[in-house]
Amino acid sequence: MALAVSLLPDPQLDALHTAYRNAKSRRRRRSALAFGIGLLALLTAAFGAEVDLGTLVSKIGNFFSYFDRIFRLENGARAWTDPTEWFWGWRKWLSLLGETILISYVGTLIGAVLALLLNFLAAQNTAPHPWLLFVTRRFMEVCRTVPDIVFALVFVIAFGLGPMAGVLAIAIHTTGALGKLFAEIVENIDMKPVEGVRSTGAGWMACMRFAVLPQAIAGFASYALLRFEVNVRGASVMGFVGAGGIGQELVVAIRKFYYSDVSAILLMIVVTVFLIDISTGWIRGRLFGGRT
Amino acid sequence: MTNQMRPDLETLKARYPETFGPPAASRLGVPAIALAALALLIFGLIELDFSPQRIWAGLSQLGWITLLMVPPDPGSSLPAYLAAMGETLSIALLGTTLAAVIALPVSLLAARNVVPTQFIRFPVRRFLDGIRGVDTLIWALVWINVVGLGPFAGVLAIAVADFGAFGKLFSEAIETADRKEVEGVRASGGSALHEIRFGLLPQVLPVIAGQVLYFIESNTRSATIIGIVGAGGIGLQLAEQIRVLEWQKVSFLILMILIAVAAIDWISNRLRFAIIGRRAIA
Repeated sequence: MALAVSLLPDPQLDALHTAYRNAKSRRRRRSALAFGIGLLALLTAAFGAEVDLGTLVSKIGNFFSYFDRIFRLENGARAWTDPTEWFWGWRKWLSLLGETILISYVGTLIGAVLALLLNFLAAQNTAPHPWLLFVTRRFMEVCRTVPDIVFALVFVIAFGLGPMAGVLAIAIHTTGALGKLFAEIVENIDMKPVEGVRSTGAGWMACMRFAVLPQAIAGFASYALLRFEVNVRGASVMGFVGAGGIGQELVVAIRKFYYSDVSAILLMIVVTVFLIDISTGWIRGRLFGGRT
Repeated sequence: MTNQMRPDLETLKARYPETFGPPAASRLGVPAIALAALALLIFGLIELDFSPQRIWAGLSQLGWITLLMVPPDPGSSLPAYLAAMGETLSIALLGTTLAAVIALPVSLLAARNVVPTQFIRFPVRRFLDGIRGVDTLIWALVWINVVGLGPFAGVLAIAVADFGAFGKLFSEAIETADRKEVEGVRASGGSALHEIRFGLLPQVLPVIAGQVLYFIESNTRSATIIGIVGAGGIGLQLAEQIRVLEWQKVSFLILMILIAVAAIDWISNRLRFAIIGRRAIA
């Protein structure tokens, strides 16, 4: 046979070509429409958020000069030329950082335990009653949708100023966030072990303990460690509303223009977060051999 | 005979190590860690001033507050709250978009398959890490110093904070892209820019769009709180009403936030399905 490509007769080909062109222009019209709607939404948003490019252009210099200023000491020298002057308050700041980490540790642990207790009620395949599933899910949704700092604002009034309000706020938010993730893990487990345990006459509790938990515990621990990392960041601003940790010191430094203090505290926070990122990542790798 | 009745324990252990369980060291490991975690928890509770009386007093206070919260009632400030909510949504949408637009070119620099040299990639990545290490609220405070109080500072704060997150996520998406299409573009004589535009971007854009939509939802939450430090939106109203103990208004505002987040969640999920298809999420 000849190798030539056989072409359809022209009339048939024309029909195909028009169909192709139509499909293509329809797609183009649709993406133009989507783009237009998106642009319109952005413009409305820009109007709503009082975006003023003039301010931005005229003040953008302030942004960079701000970072220039926070890296200068009182006498105008670069901050790193005199570390003892730059980190003059390192004892206080380190202990506050320790408090911050402790807040997120205790908050994460309490939240994780509550999430552990609740998540079996919120997973489709293990929930004992449909209404319990519904109630637990809505409860956890409220816990995670309300930002932790809003909880902290309320708790500061109820429990008084101090780290306790921060811990409880983080614990509640963590319960909501982890509860959802835990329930998703439980929904993905293999149900055969559960049936095995069930067939021996075990009750609901025993099923959860001996069939569900062993399958899910590694995932639980991994998510809890990730959450701890997030919560350290969250705890670093709890002090903004008086709920303990390094935030209090930072907000005072920023508001009162203690420039070199701002950079010193920020640097300490960033390094701490970075170290915790690395170490929790390492622990997760060790615990689960890269399966996460 | 007698030898066979009493098998040699040592050889059995050597032959079936898994039957005799892991060595004592690793069996003790888990309880030891659990004990250490518990000890740290107790230390933390003491260190952070937890006491039964304080918890009890706080809980009864909280009970009163909850009672005072019902029924939610905006009073006469409903229009102001609706405007603030609109402001919050605007901040979230605009901040996320701005972050995505700035992060896309930078993420190319942080991706292994685009920039092979460690010398550019490493500093860019550490730069992004540094930005992510600072919370949105802190960025908001910094921007307030620059552009003044108001929602614009909030937009910029969210844009900077998300820029760090997007830079990392986008570069990961780019690194998992298929090499073959890039090589195809190169084989047909395309330049480096052509490779990115026609080889990489078509692969990663759906992923990126999904992430951006997801972030718009999570930023609606962030945007509700940056008002607490004065960067516009509903958080400002919320913090004020909490400070003056107007609990009915507080509960109304929280309800508004819940509904708005749920609505944005629904919309962004629909859009995500439309863009990347149902399959990609499952």
